[in-house]
Amino acid sequence: MAVEVKVPTILRTYTSGDKAVPGSGGTLGEVFDDLDSRHPGIKERVVDGGDLRRFVNVYVNDEDVRFTGGLDTSLSDGDTVVILPAVAGG
Amino acid sequence: MRFDSLLDSVGQTPLVGLPRLSPSPDVRLWAKLEDRNPTGSVKDRAALAMIAQAEKDGLLRPGCTILEPTSGNTGISLAMAARLKDYRLVCVLPENTSEERRQLLRMWGAEIVSSPAAGGSNEAVRVAKGMAKEHADWVMLYQYGNPANADAHYTGTGPEILADLPEVTHVVAGLGTTGTLMGVGRFFRETLPAVRIVAAEPRYGELVYGLRNIDEGFVPELYDPSLIDSRFSVGPRDAVRRVRELLDLEGLFVGISTGAILHAALGQAAKAVKANQRADICFVVCDGGWKYLSTGAYEGTVDDAEERLEGQVWA
Repeated sequence: MAVEVKVPTILRTYTSGDKAVPGSGGTLGEVFDDLDSRHPGIKERVVDGGDLRRFVNVYVNDEDVRFTGGLDTSLSDGDTVVILPAVAGG
Repeated sequence: MRFDSLLDSVGQTPLVGLPRLSPSPDVRLWAKLEDRNPTGSVKDRAALAMIAQAEKDGLLRPGCTILEPTSGNTGISLAMAARLKDYRLVCVLPENTSEERRQLLRMWGAEIVSSPAAGGSNEAVRVAKGMAKEHADWVMLYQYGNPANADAHYTGTGPEILADLPEVTHVVAGLGTTGTLMGVGRFFRETLPAVRIVAAEPRYGELVYGLRNIDEGFVPELYDPSLIDSRFSVGPRDAVRRVRELLDLEGLFVGISTGAILHAALGQAAKAVKANQRADICFVVCDGGWKYLSTGAYEGTVDDAEERLEGQVWA
């Protein structure tokens, strides 16, 4: 599956400054492996062990993946993956 | 309805149907009008509950100084209550929040400390925590970790929704401090667990996420993901589009974050229609649009509005 991954400012050191990069994989976890093969180090900033890092949120088509299976969330062609640091509101 | 004072009039807000936005007689949307609270936002519930609890615990006495990191509404609620109860209030506000919010805070006598725009409310929290250490006698109510915030919705908002809409299938609210969803979520998990609890969080421009390190993100201490069923990130474009739809079709004038919440609610409605299921979807109107007029979200094209909101903490 070919997806678009939107990268937050603080992780663009791994993508030569690119705001969005292409990724591929049937699940979110596979997409992060794929990304890491071309942008070494990026996966470790987002994933810790088998889980997302505590202060990182990842959305597929705007839905938080922690409620859709986490790294096992399955992806379809054309999906948009957004990585963001967790922020406060209120 | 008669109350002894303004403070006593918090809550018991109207629930109104949205016949023109609802997709069908079987899939209906309902708006819980929290803008009808004393200072015009849902935050009156949390702010007054936190003050009442702190008084009960003996932490707050007249003359005390309250300190709070806030993007606006909680501060405004606290400022009104502080004025009536003789407390001094110091609010830490990100500098990229709307001018109306600052004017309202000053009007009720609050002192404002600005935190840097980059990092949004995360920075306000950090600055306030630092100030709390320097001023040990000040009372930080700390809406992000104060159980009284969620309790106000557990005992108020949740039961009110159920009383007015016993057939409710979904509740959709904004995720900021997480207080509304944690309280309402806990109430429905215990009372009517089939109700789906859906969170909508604002997705800001890049400046707001401009943290030095991804490990410096912030998750409110109140947050318990087991109390919600799904969570959506909504950008300014969709939020503005929905704010305008609500105005055009139902006559409701709401703040920008409510547009984001409506967007998530309509997503649930579309799912129900597709699955041929009945749904009564209640969403929380956090506040009216008054405080956001200067952001430019209500004039011109959606493209213009989206551009103007870039870099602002609009929820």
